[in-house]
Amino acid sequence: MQLSLWTYEGPPHVGAMRIATSMRDVHLVLHAPQGDTYADLLFTMIERRDHRPPVTYTTFKERDLGGDTANLVTRALADAAERFKPQVLLAGESCTAELIQDQPGALASGMDLPCPVVPLELPAYSKKENWGAAETFYKMVRGLLTPHAPAPGTQASPMPDTRRPRANVLGPSALGFRCRDDITEIARLLSLIGVDVNLVAPEGASPAELLRIPEADFNICLYPEVAKTTCRWLERTFKQPTVHTVPIGIGAIRDFAREIGELTGLDVSHVVDQTHSRLPWYSRSVDSTYLTGKRVFVFGDATHAIAAARIAVDELGFELVGLGTYSRELARDVRAAAKQYDLDALITDDYLDVERMIEELAPELVLGTQMERHIAKRRGIGCAVISAPFHVQDCPARYSPQVGFEGANVIFDTWVHPLVMGLEEHLLGMFRDDFEFHDDATASHLAAEGETRTDAATTQHAANDAPPWHADAEAELKKIPFFVRGKARRNTEAYARDLALSEITLDTLYEAKAHFSR
Amino acid sequence: MSSTRVSSTPVSGCNNDAVLRERGQHEVFCGLTGIVWLHRKMQDAFFLVVGSRTCAHLIQSAAGVMIFAEPRFATAILDERDLAGMADCNDELDRVVGEVLERRPNISTLFLVSSCPSEVIKLDLENAAERLSGRYAGRVRILNYSGSGIETTFTQGEDNCLKAMVPELPAASADAPPNLIVAGTLADVVEDQFHRLFTGLGIDKVDFLPSRRADDLPAIGANTRVLLAQPFLGATARALIGRGARLLAAPYPFGAEGTTGWLAAAAEAWQVDDALFRQVTEAPRHRAQKALAPMRDALAGLTVSFLPDSQLEVPLARFLHAECGMRPIEVGTPYLDRQILAGEMNVLPEGVRLSEGQHVDRQLDRVHVDRPDLTVCGLGLANPLEAAGLRTKWSIELVFSPVHGYEQAADLAELFVRPLIRNERLAV
Repeated sequence: MQLSLWTYEGPPHVGAMRIATSMRDVHLVLHAPQGDTYADLLFTMIERRDHRPPVTYTTFKERDLGGDTANLVTRALADAAERFKPQVLLAGESCTAELIQDQPGALASGMDLPCPVVPLELPAYSKKENWGAAETFYKMVRGLLTPHAPAPGTQASPMPDTRRPRANVLGPSALGFRCRDDITEIARLLSLIGVDVNLVAPEGASPAELLRIPEADFNICLYPEVAKTTCRWLERTFKQPTVHTVPIGIGAIRDFAREIGELTGLDVSHVVDQTHSRLPWYSRSVDSTYLTGKRVFVFGDATHAIAAARIAVDELGFELVGLGTYSRELARDVRAAAKQYDLDALITDDYLDVERMIEELAPELVLGTQMERHIAKRRGIGCAVISAPFHVQDCPARYSPQVGFEGANVIFDTWVHPLVMGLEEHLLGMFRDDFEFHDDATASHLAAEGETRTDAATTQHAANDAPPWHADAEAELKKIPFFVRGKARRNTEAYARDLALSEITLDTLYEAKAHFSR
Repeated sequence: MSSTRVSSTPVSGCNNDAVLRERGQHEVFCGLTGIVWLHRKMQDAFFLVVGSRTCAHLIQSAAGVMIFAEPRFATAILDERDLAGMADCNDELDRVVGEVLERRPNISTLFLVSSCPSEVIKLDLENAAERLSGRYAGRVRILNYSGSGIETTFTQGEDNCLKAMVPELPAASADAPPNLIVAGTLADVVEDQFHRLFTGLGIDKVDFLPSRRADDLPAIGANTRVLLAQPFLGATARALIGRGARLLAAPYPFGAEGTTGWLAAAAEAWQVDDALFRQVTEAPRHRAQKALAPMRDALAGLTVSFLPDSQLEVPLARFLHAECGMRPIEVGTPYLDRQILAGEMNVLPEGVRLSEGQHVDRQLDRVHVDRPDLTVCGLGLANPLEAAGLRTKWSIELVFSPVHGYEQAADLAELFVRPLIRNERLAV
């Protein structure tokens, strides 16, 4: 058993639902107990979709368990095929159904239904949502395209020079972070580079359209969490190369263009050498100088965490103090990214691990998921959401992509917003006892939005093995602005411990400051 | 999965057996959802679900839009080792409970909440609760109830939670003066209003279950009378009766009439003088009727259908019909407890289609044929119905808004008026 206050991912069948809901003319029959229909709300409320997800649940109850639950499944399958007439029917089960082992996939395959069936195996007690989405997308693409695969040994046809190169954009899905606008933005970026979009999938595609995947010259793996398995299979089977760079952030956009340039022979210098975003200038303007060295902790899915780390360090001048992901499938990529910043990546799906790490590192800004907002509130730290899981406010009406040049603009605004603004920060450092502007007050540009801060860093007790604080030192500590105070406390305690001091005095505080020279 | 034994033509009168019973996909919540409001009512309680990632995902999808510095619920997620028997589930549970209590030293009551997976693998949480109660005796009371989807629908989670508290109520002595227990979660402000009304009637020993602190439990005995504030508390009511209390038959306190009938049931049991009853209730009753008048103007003559959700459907349909002049077409309820709803069913108009259970696709077909002016339904269906040009009132809000009593009668009606007004206002 794992104590879970918050979970980063849903169960794998929610991933299957994300694929079914992204696509057109697909229907999913889920063997699941009454109540699992809650997942419909993720789509109708959080994403505000205007139709029901194409999912039929068997909704078995206790009294059904004594009877023939398999019969419930076959009737649900037959009814769904008849009522919704999908091009493809998916059959899977939720966690409770997995325990009673009716095997809806196998039942469906034996039923002679009027449409092709893709049976899904979604091990709910070992895998999670993104795995379920990746697996479902892969199973569907493989099921549809295997009959069209070229004979083994066939060479990839050369890129034609009579037309612009064509790419599939794979990975955007329902409940993906900002996928809706990323689709628009990636098309704009590709158009700038000189590439046409052949197909976006799963979002918006029908099974019939998936058959057009081989018509593209290459695949863009925009969200590896969802599309990596499929892209690998297309590479092997159809010899379609994959572009792996995810164009979130200016540097990544340029790498993305270069990668496409190498693949297609296109001249991409106009994308690489010119600035099409305001982020570089905003970040260079003097107003951003105070952002230099701000200590930031990054956590999210692998794609967004890796992208955020690079932007934070190279494009905003922050100091990255921690990087982690809950995406175990892509842990290797995140570990490699962390190494570049001399960090060890935190690979965990345990919210409490993340909370401990943030408490330990005492960053000034947390870039994370909806879950990190809880931790940031508890610790009184500024926070911005960069990745799923997210809630309704991160499915905004306005155009707000993450990828591409406009994505970089959105990111600059979003990440800087929770920080105390420059002038206020200076004045807080100089004058401590203002009745309106003080440490325990919310940054004034946020106060009107009702955000509050609980200053946990100052009220928290010293670590058990640290020497006690002299009252003078404790009082002096409070004069350090709140957003760096936690770090100062930790550094001082570590310094005192290393020297085996019996007490932390005012001098110890400043000696530690000089020692760590910040 | 169709077992429609009765035709779907409207039935005449509502107290007969012509109820449409359907089996098929139920678009409803499971009982775990009750945690979303129960954790706020009882601030010293913690809810630990023993289940799967799905259960954890459900609760955080419902409540996670709020940002918690201190979460008051969590899930012990079963993994493969637990299922394969490689880990002793009881040891694992003890460890997890230890972690919770270490993190939250101030809680007085911990609810171990069973889910579908824990029920299917027959994990005995009742036993575990007893064992752990012994270990943490004097510090934390540990109780168990089921919120699983296979056993409970939405508000039945509260029913099971309160039922689990009933054995913990201290026994009142045989010669104790009569006391009143009001069962069912009420908004704090409503609780205070009822308290004042009962005091005015001379009924001064009134307790609310649940109260604001989970460790604040009323005494119960032969002189205890129970009023249900919510219609989904059949099991709790029967448990209270099992402890010797007497259940007062009453309508539910929705609207001016419902509230008056509800208070009258207590007044009768306490033999309150008619004149005093009128004196205490007249002013708030008139106030409620006056406030309701403009709502009635907006709603009268309009049709309404309820899709099953909370078991509040029958009393609310009664309120909308009797006090707001609406015409119910179909009143769907997940479960029809005739004993608990007898008084309400009588008041529904002839011709209303009463349905129990659900086959959601067929029920939606009926909604599209009926085209009611307002459809009361869950959030999984509301936006899709709006997009199809129907006005909806999402039903969950009725469980977490102050809607009981005189002072809220107009607020309750307003919840149904608002989507209609909005539709008129919007020019886009």
